[in-house]
Amino acid sequence: MNRKAERVIEVSLFASATCAIVIVALILLFLIKEGAPILLKLGVRNFCLGMTWNPIAIAGEPSYGIFPMIVGSIYVAIGSLILAVPPGVACAIFLVEVAPGWAQSLIRRGIELLVGIPSVVLGFFGLVLLVPLIRENIGGCGFSILAGSIILAIMALPHIITISADAIKAVPATYREASIALGATKWQTIKGIILPGARSGIVAGVILGMGNSIGETMAVLMVTGNTPVLPEPLYNVLEPARTMTANIVIEMGYAAPGDHQQALFATGIVLLLMVAVLNLMSHHVLSRIGVER
Amino acid sequence: MNRIRSAEISDRVASFMLGGSAALVILILLYIIGYILIHGVGVVNLTFLLDSPRLGGAEGGIFPAIVGSLCLVAVSTLTAVPVGVGAAVYLTSYAPDNTITRIINFSVECLAGIPSVVIGLFGYAFLVVYLGFGFSILSGGLALMFMILPWTVRTSEEAIKAVSAELTEGSLALGATKLQTVRHIILPSALPGITTGVILGTGKAIGETAVIMYTAGSSLLLPGSIFDPVRALPYHLYILASEGISDEMAYGTAVVLLGMVLVINLIAVAIQRKFQSR
Repeated sequence: MNRKAERVIEVSLFASATCAIVIVALILLFLIKEGAPILLKLGVRNFCLGMTWNPIAIAGEPSYGIFPMIVGSIYVAIGSLILAVPPGVACAIFLVEVAPGWAQSLIRRGIELLVGIPSVVLGFFGLVLLVPLIRENIGGCGFSILAGSIILAIMALPHIITISADAIKAVPATYREASIALGATKWQTIKGIILPGARSGIVAGVILGMGNSIGETMAVLMVTGNTPVLPEPLYNVLEPARTMTANIVIEMGYAAPGDHQQALFATGIVLLLMVAVLNLMSHHVLSRIGVER
Repeated sequence: MNRIRSAEISDRVASFMLGGSAALVILILLYIIGYILIHGVGVVNLTFLLDSPRLGGAEGGIFPAIVGSLCLVAVSTLTAVPVGVGAAVYLTSYAPDNTITRIINFSVECLAGIPSVVIGLFGYAFLVVYLGFGFSILSGGLALMFMILPWTVRTSEEAIKAVSAELTEGSLALGATKLQTVRHIILPSALPGITTGVILGTGKAIGETAVIMYTAGSSLLLPGSIFDPVRALPYHLYILASEGISDEMAYGTAVVLLGMVLVINLIAVAIQRKFQSR
């Protein structure tokens, strides 16, 4: 093949690599183009901190305040982490430090499968099993922050396990050997040497899990009840809530072009910013400690 | 002596607790899959798979949704593979260490981190409205492609990086050009890894809902071309379940969807195994 053909192929390879840049740029451009007008009209402050979401007002002016949804997103995400981090980290320790070979491959296969379950199937599972279970045994209407947190925790588990396991593996073997040689038991080594050594990596995993949970749509949508108001009282996890993702998906179906649709794109901007900040924080921690992802 | 004894006891207890958490994860997985299968397997038969839905899905089958899902995945995979593998070849074999390469890598990371619902919004504004593709297989498939592209790039990159440097250097030393080396040495050796990545990517695409809800439409008719709207399986499941149309049909749909994802995962595992054992 001659030089010219080589050059053509090289350029087209470069072009496919730049596709990612183009797509990201277009996503930002279109989100801003569609969402910025309403943000400018109402003011970012009023939009983000407004307490009422009432896009189709029968009497009076419609209002677009997404504060309850921001709280809802953060609420279910934190709830999911509280539920998923302890067993996730424990499972990661078991996977790397304790498990015999067969258990390791079993857990790895299990994690792969768990990641593969579509979120809509998990949401459906929550809808038919978890929601009635909460309604009948704990109280409330079942569609709740608690149900959302549990389903999100199941989705977050595999990611938390994988990243924590990577962080634990990154602790130098010499530390481990030194601790064992000094007569420490396995648990003393884990508690005193490995966990402190892997702490930053685990924290990075947790932050990333938070970002994933905030960005998750279908599973949350099907079990949290989707009322766009703050839970009353605020600590009641049996109250329903609506997340930003659910807000977009529910209302895109009937939002008329104009303020309402723009408000949904603006919700997307706020959502993207929050997820991006969390992802960047996580990457920063991971790159500082040199864990390859 | 006492301290050693208590250290031993806490060691035992801790091992038990750690093993217990791992068992918990596996049990949750088995419980979810088992629960859906037990309730839904009875619904799935040939009529269910090959019939059209009636009464908005309350009766009949899910054939158009299966076809819809397959069409969407086909479009997304066929577009993501050339672009993704091309990008991976560029990044591993050609890219100089400069700002543009760093921006490319950063963009791939960014794209991977964008929530699916935001990609859906973008797909609606850009593909459906701006480019005028309407609610169609084309819009939905391309939106899915945006979602799986970072995955395709990263898994292909890993597969290419796993090709031994000796092979590549040997080829270059024999006077082969870079492109000849890529075509005849790197790509054939990396093919099993790339294929596994692509197949797992289709598994992600087939279960995705938020991306296609407002790009692919929700028509229950069989599509005639890629400009026709379709309702994919996950969206059909969502509508059946959330609008309370039919729990029975929803279970059946969930089983089919889960089955497809499991089969896709098994194929990927089989390819990986075959490759490793060689």
